[in-house]
Amino acid sequence: MSAVTLLPYADFLGISISGTKDGAPLLVMPFSEGLIGAPGRLHGGAIAGLLEIAAIAAIDATLDEPADARSIFKPITVTVDFMRMGKLIDTFACGEVVRVGGRIANVAVTAWQEGADRPIAAARMNLAISPKAEG
Amino acid sequence: MTPPEPEATFDLSRFLSEARDGHTVALGLAYVDSGADWCELALAYDRRLVSDATSGILASGPIVSLMDMATTMAIWAKRGGVRPHATLDLRLDYLRPARPGNTVHGRAECYRLTRRVAFVRGIAHDGDAGDPVAHVAGTFMLLDV
Repeated sequence: MSAVTLLPYADFLGISISGTKDGAPLLVMPFSEGLIGAPGRLHGGAIAGLLEIAAIAAIDATLDEPADARSIFKPITVTVDFMRMGKLIDTFACGEVVRVGGRIANVAVTAWQEGADRPIAAARMNLAISPKAEG
Repeated sequence: MTPPEPEATFDLSRFLSEARDGHTVALGLAYVDSGADWCELALAYDRRLVSDATSGILASGPIVSLMDMATTMAIWAKRGGVRPHATLDLRLDYLRPARPGNTVHGRAECYRLTRRVAFVRGIAHDGDAGDPVAHVAGTFMLLDV
């Protein structure tokens, strides 16, 4: 797995890479006040942001030149399912690259807090693969 | 089914400006306008929210947060009060990147309300509602019924 860097928005949410899981980067979003939605719950948008960042990091990790990932893969659709409320504790997420084809990459990603077997949210993402710039 | 009584003190326009912390404050979401079943919010451009420092293009994540909140407030507009619900699912189609530097507007409507579920849809645009950057569709589960 190549070295993976995260986008500026990941810093805004406080997200970092804490290891790997099944060969993909394992991301952690430590609890902070800026993530709160309704009283006592994480904001769904912050959880969705973590899922998208984990999805792109999973693709990033499969590339030889990881810095290229965000110029190559553009999100087309994201579908997020929320299964449990996000508690005011740390949240983890890890993506699984389902398929990287010629034009489209498909990634499944899950977020959890109190064990990977108790997901709080999951997403599927389709990303367009741009042809590499001439040069 | 009887519609719930509107709350006497309910004023959607004040909800975001009165918040002192939390995710909406961190993002700087602002109220623009609302009606009987819709709400429009604005997300000012902020370099901390980009996907790539070189291009300066806004990441998709903040647009999800904007639309999650705009759809939430559209439900509150339709229900006449700040009532608890939870996002069941949310789908975003990213039609094109938002232009770096532009404020992104999120306009959402609650087009159907059942006893337990609210159905929402909306668009995000960066100046021209006829040329949106994203479409959103979602469902919320009502928690006070």
